[in-house]
Amino acid sequence: MQELINRAKELLADGTVARVLGWKAGDLPYNPEPAYFETAEALEDFVYNGFCGANLSKYMIEASKMEGKTMVCLKPCDTYSFMQLIKEHRVDREKAYIAGVGCKGKLDIEKIRARGIRGIESIEGAELTDDAETLKIQTIYGEKSLAYADGMLERCHVCKGKEHVIFDEQIGESKETKDAERFGEVERIESLSPEEKFSYFQSELGKCIRCNACRNVCPACSCRKCVFDSNKFDSSQKANVDSFEEKMFHIIRAFHVAGRCTDCGECSRVCPQGIPLHLFNRKFIKDIDELYGEYQAGADIDSKAPLTDYTFEDAEPSIVGKRG
Amino acid sequence: MYKIAKENLSALFRLIAETYGLYLPVKKAGQTNFAAWSEDAEVDLMTLKTVKSAKDAFFPQSESLYTVKKEGKKMSVEPEALKEQNFVVFGMKACDVRGLEVLDKVFLSEPVDTFYAARRDHGTVVALACHEPEETCFCKVFGVDAANPASDVACFPAGEELYWEALTEKGEALTEAVKSLLAETDEADGVSVEAEKDAIHRMIEKLPYMNLSLEGWNGDVLSEKFDSPLWEELYKPCLACGTCTFVCPTCQCYDIKDYTAGNSVSRYRCWDSCMYSDFTMMAHGNNRTSQMQRFRQRFMHKLVYYPANNDGMYSCTGCGRCVEKCPSALNIVKVIKAFQNQGGEK
Repeated sequence: MQELINRAKELLADGTVARVLGWKAGDLPYNPEPAYFETAEALEDFVYNGFCGANLSKYMIEASKMEGKTMVCLKPCDTYSFMQLIKEHRVDREKAYIAGVGCKGKLDIEKIRARGIRGIESIEGAELTDDAETLKIQTIYGEKSLAYADGMLERCHVCKGKEHVIFDEQIGESKETKDAERFGEVERIESLSPEEKFSYFQSELGKCIRCNACRNVCPACSCRKCVFDSNKFDSSQKANVDSFEEKMFHIIRAFHVAGRCTDCGECSRVCPQGIPLHLFNRKFIKDIDELYGEYQAGADIDSKAPLTDYTFEDAEPSIVGKRG
Repeated sequence: MYKIAKENLSALFRLIAETYGLYLPVKKAGQTNFAAWSEDAEVDLMTLKTVKSAKDAFFPQSESLYTVKKEGKKMSVEPEALKEQNFVVFGMKACDVRGLEVLDKVFLSEPVDTFYAARRDHGTVVALACHEPEETCFCKVFGVDAANPASDVACFPAGEELYWEALTEKGEALTEAVKSLLAETDEADGVSVEAEKDAIHRMIEKLPYMNLSLEGWNGDVLSEKFDSPLWEELYKPCLACGTCTFVCPTCQCYDIKDYTAGNSVSRYRCWDSCMYSDFTMMAHGNNRTSQMQRFRQRFMHKLVYYPANNDGMYSCTGCGRCVEKCPSALNIVKVIKAFQNQGGEK
């Protein structure tokens, strides 16, 4: 972390960048917030640890409109989102100085809470430099411990790898954290009967409170005005009624980002109700892989996206009937 | 005071449900929220904080107000019936009970919100003392006692027993209705309850937000706070989602919209969020235009405007749900602290 801070100070001092986009220490051991730093003094609050899960790519849409360059700290998986945003002309590459920061998997406080760990005072082992495999958590109810991997976000268990697909410089080591199959859960759901699938999604989406956190955090959801924010049509789009969001909001959103979603997992990270929203996107990714050949959104600048490209070999609409 | 063995709670819920509607924390797909009781519901009294507060029981996130139907050339208006059945909300916590006090001041003052009033009239609140408060809790800062909820019935879990104390007439009535399952208590029981309350109070003192100071937050500092340059800094990580407002026990803003279904139009209201771009976008089209303004509104409302209009009562109960759930790790505590630090530097 110190290396990152020193580099940020240098880049600010020599005028390469006008600001640094990173994370500011929170007031609890696990709640750093995305923040801009404009001075060396402000960087005293800079933090980078296991709880810096937030993907800062989307903030670069706004930062691209600011004066001067922004040094943005991107983890390997975040760089896919940034690349995709370049491809969609939503961020300005010239306005970004990308610090590809190392990552050893990011933590999910909800996973820690789910172990019944409450009253947290301090957490040891969440630093990037820490080689510890275990989190030592001091609580007002005594000391608890948890394997680092058990506290990780779902997305880190299916990590895309240690490579930054775009960067100006890399700072810090990364660690492979993949220990599960990316499409494992999708395959499990595919194997269910239609009734079981429906009931699964009904029970998950039935928890939705229409807070829009999934949409607002999503780097692929970058429309200036979302159709769901329109007050021009008389639907129930603003209410959390079963008839609407369970079947429509999330599905429409998944269709809209299909082929552009890099599977960054932010939607599931931020959902206050713990809905595994990434499964919709991942199902689409799996289908795209099967129908059009393997494709990873955000992996490069030049490739044509399967859903916006046409070839004679493309699957015909009737494929839906054939695949069931 | 009475008591009931924790293992008999299912019987208690069944008995309550014979004469009352019953809402309580139910775990569904991994998350605990207030929901209607049923025989096969997975009742979860171990989770300290439900994701959403119990606000829905009195002010549901979405509700129909009336429906206009067209048949041939005739139009008819069918108002939604007001709540008529008595119901019990079991398992609220002291912070959420305070939340109802905050809502009461809004919805029960003139013009009275009849939908809310009907639910308040028919609702009986059974609240639990907070067995193990969490680091995100700061109710004490707002004068809420987590060990002594100000509800119709206050319950104290201690050991294998749940102690039951009716505090209001409604509470007495409910106690009568379930008396067959309640046992008398003796002196030793009183000691157990006091020990549990002491333990809660001791733990609360250890929580990180206990010393949060509300100094400088009141109805008299409107311009000073409103014009502060700090907001420009504070709002920046905000994603403009509605999570904080929807998990909050006191956020009370709503929108009224129409749902058109062919030959009928249903007028419904649903929670709105001051974080949303179309919030208060009425015919005049002159709502808050920037996210900084929207962000500022939420905290100004809770810590300045509301106390200005309600004898100094804050519209925050310190439940800490926003602390837990904000995707960007922003919250009211960080806002209060930011202003405090700024004050120190001056």
